Amino acid sequence: MAARGYDDVVLAAPVTVPYVRYSTHGAHWFLGRAVAGLIAAAKIPKRQIDGLAVASFTLAPDTAVGLTQHLGLTLRWLDHVPMGGASGIVSIRRAARAVQGGDAEIVACVGGDTNHTDSFRRNTANFSQFAQDAVYPYGSGGPNTSFALLTAYYMRRHGATREDFGKLCVAQRTNALENPLALFKKPLTLADYLNARLVADPLRLFDCVMPCAGAEGFLVMRRGTAEKLGLPFARLLGAVERHNAFPADPIQDRGGWALDRDALYAQAGVGPDDIDFLETYDDYPVINVLQFEGLGFCPEGGGAEFIRANSFEVAGSFPFNTSGGQLSVGQAGAAGGHLGIVEAIRQLSGQTLGARVPDARHGLISGFGMINYDRGICSGAALLAAA
Amino acid sequence: MAQVVKRPKRKNPVERTRLPTLPPATRSRVALGLTAAAARGRFELQVCRDCGAVQYPPREVCRICLSQRLFWRRQDGMGELISDTTLHAAQELFFRERLPWRIGDVRLDSGVNVIAYVHHNVGAPPCRIRIEAALDRSGQAALVAMPERGRPALSDDPKLREMTCNPRARKILVTDGKSAVGQAVARALAAAGADLIWIGMAEPWKKSAGFDALRELPQAKVVPLDVTDSRSVRELAGEIGGKVDILVNTSDCHRAFSLAARRGVETAQLEMDVNYFGLLRLAQEFAPTLKARAADGDANAIAWVNVLSVFALSNYPPHGTYSASKAAAWSLSQNLRADLRPAGVRVINLFPGPVDDEWDQLEMPPKLSPAALAAALVQSLQGSVEDVYPGDVAQDWLARNLESPKTLERELGEFDR
Ligand SMILES: [Zn+2]
Repeated sequence: MAARGYDDVVLAAPVTVPYVRYSTHGAHWFLGRAVAGLIAAAKIPKRQIDGLAVASFTLAPDTAVGLTQHLGLTLRWLDHVPMGGASGIVSIRRAARAVQGGDAEIVACVGGDTNHTDSFRRNTANFSQFAQDAVYPYGSGGPNTSFALLTAYYMRRHGATREDFGKLCVAQRTNALENPLALFKKPLTLADYLNARLVADPLRLFDCVMPCAGAEGFLVMRRGTAEKLGLPFARLLGAVERHNAFPADPIQDRGGWALDRDALYAQAGVGPDDIDFLETYDDYPVINVLQFEGLGFCPEGGGAEFIRANSFEVAGSFPFNTSGGQLSVGQAGAAGGHLGIVEAIRQLSGQTLGARVPDARHGLISGFGMINYDRGICSGAALLAAA
Repeated sequence: MAQVVKRPKRKNPVERTRLPTLPPATRSRVALGLTAAAARGRFELQVCRDCGAVQYPPREVCRICLSQRLFWRRQDGMGELISDTTLHAAQELFFRERLPWRIGDVRLDSGVNVIAYVHHNVGAPPCRIRIEAALDRSGQAALVAMPERGRPALSDDPKLREMTCNPRARKILVTDGKSAVGQAVARALAAAGADLIWIGMAEPWKKSAGFDALRELPQAKVVPLDVTDSRSVRELAGEIGGKVDILVNTSDCHRAFSLAARRGVETAQLEMDVNYFGLLRLAQEFAPTLKARAADGDANAIAWVNVLSVFALSNYPPHGTYSASKAAAWSLSQNLRADLRPAGVRVINLFPGPVDDEWDQLEMPPKLSPAALAAALVQSLQGSVEDVYPGDVAQDWLARNLESPKTLERELGEFDR
């Protein structure tokens, strides 16, 4: 049975709490600043927010419940979405159905984390039971180990090269140079990328996201509410999620998008050719390639050829990660699952901080999260359109 | 190819002795099943009794049919290395001090994936490999991808060597060299390349041909040690405790008596004094220095070996009091293991069946020769295990005990009076 459409659900008030490498603040500070940014952008009193979806790795011992009291919110709809890089997409899906059904009128979706000097190690050591039992004791490389294994496999199996992945990273850096909030301010050359310090063969320094602190947020509401508030918005045309797709694959060289893209494009009423820009979850470049393939921009295994045939800057043939993506902006924990959404709302509603994709009508955002053991478990995508 | 291991240079006494770092030791309770098997040198995975599915990482229920009826079954470990990486960055100090590390993703023929260390003799993926379970310095199971063919040792790989306690180039104390077992152990350690072997001698006035022959070993150095005398143990620890890398407790007092065969407690007390209190005295005097030297570069303290007895598992009435003393020693060795584990010093227990010596004279064959027991001991140091059951009788008792301790107790109680 096909899922019901999202009617007139819209996303508005894109907010970024500026990223910093390390912070002495707690996660509550970053999430609190994100909610403050949302009510400032929407010019509404705090009490008008009646729904909240939260994603964070460093909120413990609190969950969304603790945050609700911490921020003095009174809500009639609350969700905690601990799905890392897929949390933003999943929050959209949950929040959209809530406002569609009238369970809430304005849902704030926030994702963010702090980063103390030792918090990344602590988070990876206890990331999941399988990671603790069966991955972390083997060299404690964290996500670098997992993505090195996936990258090495993909390169061998499909003939992709370091230069292919480097082309994506260099283009993202070019995009980030226009974004005042990106932590990386220096241009990246292909030679810089290829000759950087080895981290986990074949991954080098610029293949790996830099953990930092920060938050992202946006509001989900009905079109009528946004118009009444005078808020620029982007329309939600479709959204999908999938968890633990293809468990029998010996190693992950495809994600859940392959199962869901047809439903997504059918729900949205547009196809891959109509997409003006793509925001992927990009903690490592290989995962971008699985998203190109899974979302139907090129065949499975055809990622390298697709990269060679396109350019990925904002003004390129395939505008991609237009704010710089996590690889050039920074990975503020669960904010990474919201970064692309916030950028897509900005692109489609005329509020860009950096370069704007000319005449963009349709933007596709995808999420990927939670390397629980040997592969990422959660995937999702959302298709947005300009008003 | 075996690498030449040389005895490191004498350490500058002014330098600070490094503190031990260890690989992460936290595991879920269900994952400890992997460690329990690895401690005996076996690679076991969870298998579902209802649908037969094999699974890894360990789970609380079957990943296919959700049955809770799971058991651990030995695996042949055959599979394919499908991807690998060499880590040049790590989050834990233990790994940072030893970078780089080769890690692989292995698809076992049983249909599950394991993340494993990769032995440096394994070629580039894709290639066939065999997974072995070892124990890391935290005493937790660590899976290692070994070449499918040939049987290279863990210690041939410079990184994986630390999972072993190879006696090569080590300084070792054998607490009693008077017994046939002690002598065989000393000779086997010498043959395995030990740098120096102190051999304890309790009753110097007693002559024994085998013991005198030990003096001919170039590595051997006879030292006075009576484990029933606290002062003797303390004095030896004061003299050599700071240099011992491996302590092998071969001290053993064995009198073949059952409860009903004799009045009085003197014999049992003697057994306890050597087998239990002897271990306690050794532990109190030597364990603190072993711990302090656990991270002392390549010349660090690495292991403690106890020669116990399979009679420790379940009382064998013809040797009733001896069984009890070995059971006590076994229990204390678990205390010692818990004490030494945070420093990364491994405690290895051997549980041999009847040994071909004077005290097991009336036992029926198969009996374990002292040389075979010594070979098993050296092998346990060269490998990566905690509990060793050498010989057919020990293996048989172990299997019966794992199946049903009560049945074994009843069977042993039916001995021929
Ligand atoms: Zn089952």
